[in-house]
Amino acid sequence: MISLVWVYVLAGLTFAAFSVFSLTDAENPKRFRNAGFWGLLAVSFLFGQWLGDLGNGLLLIALVAIAGVGGLGQGKPPTTTPEERLAHAKRFGARLFIPTLIIPVTALLGTLVLAKVKFGDTPLFDPKDPTLIALGLGVVLALATAVAMFRPPATAPLQEGRRLMDSVGWAAILPQMLAALGAVFALAGVGQVVGGLVSDVVPMTGPLIAVVTYCVGMALFTVIMGNAFAAFPVMTAAIGLPFVIHQFGGNPAIVCAIGMLSGFCGTLLTPMAANFNVVPANLLDLPDRNAAFNGVIRAQAPTALALLLANMVLMYLLAFRF
Amino acid sequence: MLVLLGIAVLVAGFLLRLNPLVVILASAIVTGLTGGLSLPETIAAFGKAFNDNRYISIVWLVLPVIGLLERYGLQEQARRLIGGLRTVTTGRLLAGYLLARQITAALGQTKLGGHPQMVRPLIAPMAEAAAEARHPNLPDKTRFLIRSHAAGADNIGLFFGEDIFIAIASILLIKGFLEQNGIIVQPLHLSVWAIPTAIVAFAIHGTRLLRLDRRIARESAVQDAVSEGEGRP
Repeated sequence: MISLVWVYVLAGLTFAAFSVFSLTDAENPKRFRNAGFWGLLAVSFLFGQWLGDLGNGLLLIALVAIAGVGGLGQGKPPTTTPEERLAHAKRFGARLFIPTLIIPVTALLGTLVLAKVKFGDTPLFDPKDPTLIALGLGVVLALATAVAMFRPPATAPLQEGRRLMDSVGWAAILPQMLAALGAVFALAGVGQVVGGLVSDVVPMTGPLIAVVTYCVGMALFTVIMGNAFAAFPVMTAAIGLPFVIHQFGGNPAIVCAIGMLSGFCGTLLTPMAANFNVVPANLLDLPDRNAAFNGVIRAQAPTALALLLANMVLMYLLAFRF
Repeated sequence: MLVLLGIAVLVAGFLLRLNPLVVILASAIVTGLTGGLSLPETIAAFGKAFNDNRYISIVWLVLPVIGLLERYGLQEQARRLIGGLRTVTTGRLLAGYLLARQITAALGQTKLGGHPQMVRPLIAPMAEAAAEARHPNLPDKTRFLIRSHAAGADNIGLFFGEDIFIAIASILLIKGFLEQNGIIVQPLHLSVWAIPTAIVAFAIHGTRLLRLDRRIARESAVQDAVSEGEGRP
């Protein structure tokens, strides 16, 4: 059976290669830091399940120490010039798109078809995570296709991968770290305290104020947590369920569906939602990528605010009618 | 109340523009300590959660493929494709991508887009090329605005499409939460009520993207006027 661990090993080996190539990159003045950072991440992916909780915690502190104090550098792996790329584009044409399509098509087929393949009683894919395993398989197939098509130097895929990895930099582990922070918040009971505070401060005198408090609360708490999933149980237990649904008789399906979508408006507004708002700013080389409210968030903000208002109107009009 | 100190650390750290990794670590430690855990317990809880969430970082596996394709001209080819299509503007292209992302996410195919796989190698270069075809003197400021909107279209299309699919994590979270509180709802019932917001989202953001073309034209015209003025007394 192919499980998620196989994909972790693949990722671990990739990070290990980034680390080794970083070490030999004389163009990067911070090459030892880069090598240490990607090397530790490789250790986490290859051996994380055997390090123990405290061991993983100390590894994470070491990652933060390397990247947070002094920062990482930008490696200069060998690559092609813009002129060469244009010439290649003219030569290969639309065939260049084929490998990019292989990844999503494999993810799609993997989830729909391969997840159901069984040898006797043993499934081919671990039924818990078929999509992530299919993503890993798609990457391998796409890479094999691309290598067959271009016949690149042997180290080119990993060196070109390192070029992009260095442009993402330390932000690469930001989404994973924020998810871990959410777990610590849940353990310490932060959500209950915030929920209790809101329902103490706002007087719930009618359905409109309850709807507005719930939707705005969902959006604001999502801004803080970076994730509507973390905000939803807290805000719904504190406001949505006792007031909008029980006291004023709102339809639970409508209240919760639109409440969650109000949280998504908050996701569009926050640097805490790193994989959606910070990682693309790095990938697209935006000059304000390290600002609290970078170009991506500013581009999304007017839509997020208008849509939050629309959600309140929709919930108020629909939840008490159906 | 004291456990909210961790949130204060988080907000202060972001406002002071300290390195986010350091800020998050500090917030986790403060939250754990004020929440009644010892320091080793806090570090262990943080480490366990980091290890459990490794699947989030699997997405970086695509970088060697994307990097290799860029080496052989993927971005240039995306630009060539769009530069040749005169009817495609930046706004129309991004509005079309928004709609496609919403529809595929509504069918459960959330992995068909994404920033490393689609936005950086294809959507952003295409959106830039569509603008360059009309305004060869595209200012850098406008270029970064277009890139930001390429990322935004991916996010908004994903967020306000995926909840229409019945087996998506957020729908299952709602169902589970309501069940714990004695309310039984069917996933289909939840996903149906995500449709009104999805339509409003497309109307609002689609309109904004189409209006982006005018802003691009205006900012490029200013740039043209500036460059014409250069070298004159």
